[in-house]
Amino acid sequence: LFRLTARRLFSTSHSSVDPAEMKKFQLLAQKWWDEEGEYSALHSMNDIRVPFIRDTLLNMSSNYHLGNPLSGVKILDVGCGGGLLSEPLGRLGASVTGIDPLEDNIRTADQHKSFDPVLAKRIQYKSSSLEEIVEESMETFDVIVASEVVEHVADLEMFIKCCSQVLKPGGSLFITTINKTQLSYILGIVVAEKLMGIVPDGTHEWEKFVPPEKLEHLLKSYGFSVKTVNGMLYNPLSGSWSWMESTSINYALHAVKSGARGQSSPTGVLPEMESEQPSGTAGTSM
Amino acid sequence: TSAIMAAVCCRGLLAPLGGRLWAGPRAPLCSVAATAAPLYDVVVSGGGMVGSAMAAVLGHDIHFHDKKIALLEAGPRKQYDSMPDSYSNRVSSISPGSATLLGSFGAWDHVCSLRLKPFRRMQVWDACSEAMIIFEKDDLDDMGYIVENDVIMSALTKQLDVVADRVEVFYGSRAVGYTWPLPSHSCVTSPWVQIELADGRRLQTKLLIGADGHNSVVRKEAEIKNIEHRYDQSAVVATLHLSEATDNNVAWQRFLPTGPIALLPLSDTASSLVWSTSHEHASELLAMDEESFVDSINSAFWSNVNHSDFIDTAGAMFRSAVSLLKPSGTAVRQLPPSIAKVDPESRAMFPLGMGHATEYVQHRVALIGDAAHRVHPLAGQGVNLGFGDIACLAHHLSAAAFNGSDLGSLKHLLKFETERQRHNVSLIAATDVLKRLYSTRLTPLVLLRTWGLQATNALPPVKVRI
Repeated sequence: LFRLTARRLFSTSHSSVDPAEMKKFQLLAQKWWDEEGEYSALHSMNDIRVPFIRDTLLNMSSNYHLGNPLSGVKILDVGCGGGLLSEPLGRLGASVTGIDPLEDNIRTADQHKSFDPVLAKRIQYKSSSLEEIVEESMETFDVIVASEVVEHVADLEMFIKCCSQVLKPGGSLFITTINKTQLSYILGIVVAEKLMGIVPDGTHEWEKFVPPEKLEHLLKSYGFSVKTVNGMLYNPLSGSWSWMESTSINYALHAVKSGARGQSSPTGVLPEMESEQPSGTAGTSM
Repeated sequence: TSAIMAAVCCRGLLAPLGGRLWAGPRAPLCSVAATAAPLYDVVVSGGGMVGSAMAAVLGHDIHFHDKKIALLEAGPRKQYDSMPDSYSNRVSSISPGSATLLGSFGAWDHVCSLRLKPFRRMQVWDACSEAMIIFEKDDLDDMGYIVENDVIMSALTKQLDVVADRVEVFYGSRAVGYTWPLPSHSCVTSPWVQIELADGRRLQTKLLIGADGHNSVVRKEAEIKNIEHRYDQSAVVATLHLSEATDNNVAWQRFLPTGPIALLPLSDTASSLVWSTSHEHASELLAMDEESFVDSINSAFWSNVNHSDFIDTAGAMFRSAVSLLKPSGTAVRQLPPSIAKVDPESRAMFPLGMGHATEYVQHRVALIGDAAHRVHPLAGQGVNLGFGDIACLAHHLSAAAFNGSDLGSLKHLLKFETERQRHNVSLIAATDVLKRLYSTRLTPLVLLRTWGLQATNALPPVKVRI
């Protein structure tokens, strides 16, 4: 197994995948689906990130059925791990492609979905990095979800660029990650890893945390328009997540790729633009 | 890797973390045959009023639009095309909250179009004293409805037919075995609950809801401990005809030393009897001829043989004290109707008991209705508690479905359990206390309950809570 993954790493000279990160997660590949285990915080994060994704997409669409809200939506779950987020999205009707560079994670994810025939059809897992699927998946997905991933990638700029390439114009990108602040060091590393064991020790490196300003700047330069940034807070006593004003620890972000759907295009005024901004800036160029 | 997987499974069996999460001692099912059994999102075991209503509520829930639900009922499908002229002797007191639940998926309209009797007032009094308490709503609203159980089942069956594409009802199907899944994280085996029916068919489900009554097989197989107690009482039911037609919109209950006797209105000329009494007396009542039976009922409601002068005086004193402090606090006593005859075939009896499951939920299992809790009929709450369970569980399951969650996950099931246990335990305990308090002629206790009843009648806040 290790030999296979090593070979894959060397075949791509410039990759967003960090081998040291891979090694960390290799050890935990079996633990994904224990709701009380090492990944319990990620399980409970579904309680806010799934409604966030679901409601944002429903608000942007006019044609949906509450019994199958994400039906017809093609989602790419980058860094899907054991499929913790892919499965709820699949249950809501989406066609999900989950990718993860670690084969053991994909194996766990495949096995877990295999017992539910509906999910087995709706979700496809692939052991791969994001760059490796770009060529065959240009402008394929309606939505990309990168949850708790960007703080682990080696090359963030390349990652965002690839997201832009595989996303359809007007498509949505959802990111959840951790801010790089004093507070996130104290709570996210010292308390969460060393003191309370909310996350296994060594999971995160503060140096790789991403401030929302940096992320927003990067996204804008690759043609994304950032729509929402919300702070998230984990309560270790109740084991549950909630939204909060401040983004100084965890945060979630929604951005939309510019393009044919009339969202913020950098190349002048489109007819759709005027209907998007009824408050009288019609006729002026951006 | 398969050796590692097997080792992990064994560890799961030998050292269960938090024992309540996985039910029963069963071995995991690894065979291919098991995985071929049809998979349902929810299976409700038990097609009585509560089980059928649970299946119907989920079937009509928009977030369950694409889900597969099954209802298992051991009995045959009954034809409810037309109601017989005579009333059935099994009736329930339906609270306004339950009526709202039934209305939420269109069943209450059917009930109204068949037959029901709203009542505005409840008079409850003691056989050993003059103390009584009257419940009524100030705003002329109905306090509740007396509905035959067959009428409710007819309405539920109709609404189940409407969603037949989502809810599959298996009649004549008794579940004989359940196989519980291991904790999901260690699995090469099926994570679903396996159900084996008497005819050999198998089903799999993500969530099993046990609505199979106070002797629940689901509860027993899940090894959930049940606190239960058999009362030394049976309830005698019958359909009675009043001596004269009246605006029959009061529910009457008198606490005799042997147990409470209740008269529930069915129409202007008929009422339903629920008389809880000792097993011997119940058998006597069933055996005696119709005239003697009717005489027993009338005397139970009208006779003052259990009064003692001491209690009467003490009660009267208390009443004058109360009326000084709170003039409106003593109520006008109405007289219950007298009975002329009983419907010939309508006398029946069934034993009474109390029960409460220590847990309502486990991984992939939930109990509702009498499977979770059984009460004495003196409070008229039995089926209403079950409907309350349904409203709560359906709310949590609907939210879970809309969040894409695994329906059998303990996370939302525990929320249901907490909410309902909080509500049910106090009511069940209070009903049990009342039952015991009123089962005696001992003077101190009679005095206590006399004054207590009079005080409660005078105090609006306490009455409203009831």
